Amino acid sequence: MTLAEVPTRIVYSRPEVLDKRVTHYCPGCTHGVAHRLVAEVLEEMGEVENAIGVASVGCSVFIYNYFNIDFVEAAHGRAPAMATGIKRLLPDRTVFTYQGDGDLASIGMGEIVGAASRGEKITVIFLNNANYGMTGGQMAPTTLPGQKTTSSPYGKDAARFGKPFRIEDAYSGFDMGYLARGALVGAANINRAKKMIRKAFEKHMDNQGLCYVELLSPCPTNWNLAPLKAKDFLLEEMTKHFPLGEFKGGDAK
Amino acid sequence: MAKQLIKGNTAVAEAALRAGLEGYFGYPITPQTELLEHLSARMPELGRPFVQAESELGAINMVYGAACTGKRVMTSSSSPGVSLMMEGLSYIAGTEVPMVLVDVVRGGPGLGNIAPAQGDYNQIVHGGGHGDYHMIVLAPASVQEAVDLTALAFDLAEKYRTITCIMMDGSIGQMMEPAELPPMQPLRTEIPDWAVRGAKNGDKRVLTSINLDPPAQEVMNLRLMKRWQEIEANEVRYKGYFLEDAEYVVVGFGTAGRIALSAVRAAREEGIKIGLLRPITVAPFPIDVLDELTEKVKAFLVVEMNAGQMFEDVRLVVRGRKPVEFFGRMGGVVPFPDEVLTEIHRLVGTPQTTEGSPRDRWLARLAETIG
Repeated sequence: MTLAEVPTRIVYSRPEVLDKRVTHYCPGCTHGVAHRLVAEVLEEMGEVENAIGVASVGCSVFIYNYFNIDFVEAAHGRAPAMATGIKRLLPDRTVFTYQGDGDLASIGMGEIVGAASRGEKITVIFLNNANYGMTGGQMAPTTLPGQKTTSSPYGKDAARFGKPFRIEDAYSGFDMGYLARGALVGAANINRAKKMIRKAFEKHMDNQGLCYVELLSPCPTNWNLAPLKAKDFLLEEMTKHFPLGEFKGGDAK
Repeated sequence: MAKQLIKGNTAVAEAALRAGLEGYFGYPITPQTELLEHLSARMPELGRPFVQAESELGAINMVYGAACTGKRVMTSSSSPGVSLMMEGLSYIAGTEVPMVLVDVVRGGPGLGNIAPAQGDYNQIVHGGGHGDYHMIVLAPASVQEAVDLTALAFDLAEKYRTITCIMMDGSIGQMMEPAELPPMQPLRTEIPDWAVRGAKNGDKRVLTSINLDPPAQEVMNLRLMKRWQEIEANEVRYKGYFLEDAEYVVVGFGTAGRIALSAVRAAREEGIKIGLLRPITVAPFPIDVLDELTEKVKAFLVVEMNAGQMFEDVRLVVRGRKPVEFFGRMGGVVPFPDEVLTEIHRLVGTPQTTEGSPRDRWLARLAETIG
């Protein structure tokens, strides 16, 4: 058998729902990975034409440039409220928000908690990179104790600015369809994160309430680390404060 | 349909419902709450979405999302709540999606009180949210007029892809008056082309207010301004009373206009040739009629339940050609017709000037009255 005769099969290709263009994200950032996972899940579920995304303010503000689906752009932090409005008017659509940690865990805490407490039937994709990326790396509620940022130059003092915001604590009393945290570093974690996203969208479309996946993501630019070092920091330091796993609606239940 | 005795807030809620309201998102605040309460019962009854939001911030952003679906949607609030909505209103204006806002204005600034006032004029008419945008602002002076303007508010919002605000002071919201409600209209079936719905066959729609490229943003600003010019040309509404032979004219909107009408009628009985101009659209402002009146009359008196907010717009039109005096009560104090009549007597019986500050003169008179 010559090389030309070896049967080939496609094991990896670009999801059609993702537009063929270069993203504006920094080297080593995993917004692109998160986009791809969401795109794959929407395609595999046959929800592409039924999906409406709600973009947020932060590095992913232009997410709608990369997806060939309907999108609206929310004010900073207000994506869950906007998604509520869309989902209530179009209850058979797949409505999801895509938010960062500055957006969701700080300025938008009111809107996400409101949506969660109502059991709003939306999916929330929450990308946590422990800082405000777009404005150049300021301290966020997710910033680790001791972590240096441009607004915590001496390292975050948890006694004054709080411990990292954790979804498993914040929403412990809420009735939610799904709540999980994955990481976008390493093939095994990425595969696991995709399963979480799939589960969230499935439970959301099964009207089980608000479904929410946090995705830990490295931010080499603002962490002042080379991409590989940033991955190490995520796995070694970030996961100490943000353990991976399913907290609600998971298999363990 | 027969008239019924009905509270302003309830009447507007029911009128909106009958005009084909498809989604309501709100938050309780006095003196607006009956509007939300009425819809909390009626919307589910008709299988239409009603959400009591976590805050006015939540409510306006729910409306923002819902408006992006091209459906007929609204929210309502009162002054402090409307302040909280300003962020969302700017985004909605920037995204060019239609919605109706009802502001049942109360005394301020700050927490103020829950009594009727008109202190939101500047915030509603001249912006409030950031950036250059305008809202169509309708100012009813009775429960019936509020009912009649409700369906119009939706029609105008959708025609121009803009925000229409029904700005009614607390007395219109809280007062019970006989009013005839319109018949129930069927829900619209057509979806506007721009609305998000899910991208069938790659037919993708994005609704956003961001334009990082300044020239592109300016194109959008120009589009908004041109649309506003069109609104100014076509949508001015006002009511004139005794203007034909008037030598003096009172200008007032909403409840202040209605109280002024009582005073104008009393003055007419005394033989004073005075009329009333009551803007129904305070935005677009009835510039042309005011300009025409300026040529004819001796002096104007602006009456408001604030410190002279529309007063500045009147002065911009009159441009010093005739004296414009001001009388206002603030803080939720509603003027009596005889207070306005006293002002009319002063306007007619003493020499008037275009010099000096009418506001200073008013404050000096008010200080004598209320100590």
